[in-house]
Amino acid sequence: MLKSLLVLCAVLSTTLSIGSAQATVRVEQASLQGPRPLPEQTAKAAIRDYLQSWQSMKTALEQNRADLLSPSFVGTAKDKIAETIQQQSALGISTRYEDRAHDIQIVFYSPEGLSIELTDKVEYDVQVLDHDRVKTIQHVSARYVIVLTPAEVRWRVRVFQTAF
Amino acid sequence: MRTRWTFLLCGVAVVLTQLAFANDGGMRLPKTVEAGTAFSIQSAGSGKATLYIIGPEQVLKRDVQLGETMLFPAGSLYNAGHYLAVLVGDSSTESDSFDVVSSSKPADLSFLARPSRLPVGIHDGITGAVYVFDAYHNLIAAPMPVSFELSNPSGTVQKRIVVTLNGAAWTEMDSTEQQGADRFVARSGSVSSTRIIGQVPGDPCGLKMSARQAGQRVQLDTEPVRDCNGNAVPDGTIVTFSEAYKGAQSTVDVPLKHGFADVQMPVHSGATFSVASGVVLGNQIRWVR
Repeated sequence: MLKSLLVLCAVLSTTLSIGSAQATVRVEQASLQGPRPLPEQTAKAAIRDYLQSWQSMKTALEQNRADLLSPSFVGTAKDKIAETIQQQSALGISTRYEDRAHDIQIVFYSPEGLSIELTDKVEYDVQVLDHDRVKTIQHVSARYVIVLTPAEVRWRVRVFQTAF
Repeated sequence: MRTRWTFLLCGVAVVLTQLAFANDGGMRLPKTVEAGTAFSIQSAGSGKATLYIIGPEQVLKRDVQLGETMLFPAGSLYNAGHYLAVLVGDSSTESDSFDVVSSSKPADLSFLARPSRLPVGIHDGITGAVYVFDAYHNLIAAPMPVSFELSNPSGTVQKRIVVTLNGAAWTEMDSTEQQGADRFVARSGSVSSTRIIGQVPGDPCGLKMSARQAGQRVQLDTEPVRDCNGNAVPDGTIVTFSEAYKGAQSTVDVPLKHGFADVQMPVHSGATFSVASGVVLGNQIRWVR
């Protein structure tokens, strides 16, 4: 009885705390290496597109649908997350990521203007479900390095990984 | 009111449960693992459990026997990232986190070099940017030296060594004084990547023509058209000849052929002939007969 109550409580508290509140976003002043000045509009677009990539990633990992990555991810980043989705599907797992806070800084704008690199100290919650049963919820702090490259109408994430 | 108390109690119960497991400290795992290398996780207790290793970059799941050491052979986790290790038993859940870091051995370079073609003698006219990756295509964020080398067929070499910051390094180079195909090489460790940069002659320099009578017309001939470094300006470059006479002006555009341009224009005593190519003006000749 006590065990069932604990499980129920865990699920309830998990569901409450994984609610989709808007993440707070802080953008630090760019600390650019590189000779090319970064126009403000370009910086805003890159950050906007990067934050949207979190939405794509969250939905894709929750629904185990790699096709949802395409608008925001390209190259290695897309391949790696798509592979995770494939692994999750095969194992009956899904994951719900909820980003809580971003602390973003643009660190590199390549001289030819074909890539922007930024760092992000992210706070997020991750909920692990195995065959739709919640196994755990954890709070994570990590520093990501992201490389974006331009596509037709937006910046896409080409590298997405934690760095230390 | 009752609902609020229920949630509060639930929250307290979950926190106390997690604290209790944390205090047990049963699961031991490395804080960092190099991508693609073997590692192990030690569990405590008895009974069966499921281990989840979770990250956006990779996911693993294993049925385990508590109290045993779980061995992960080389190649199990190869994508750099921050991972959660969650051990779910019949009555307990333990969790911890660890990092998979990229290898420090470069295996691939993403090398962006621009432009692919430019005039000779441009200061900082060539740029190169590099991202350094390991064998699993993880960005190597730790500082790595990258050498950039620009060499032209005549043997002139420019070399710079730059240390990466967050996996990226960049440089600027001057285009050399001789036209030709230069090799732009980026190298880190034993890996290199090459781009070819075409260097073409610059604008004509010291454009000069001569004039002579040719029947009822004036024959205008340029000297060989070269840039300021002595490189022949490519055939097809337009040279404009102009004749000004009594307030009227006529112009003829002629493409360079074999390094020269020539034209015949009507002869008028007192006319002034001039030559230009792009924004470069050549000499003027006043025709008096």
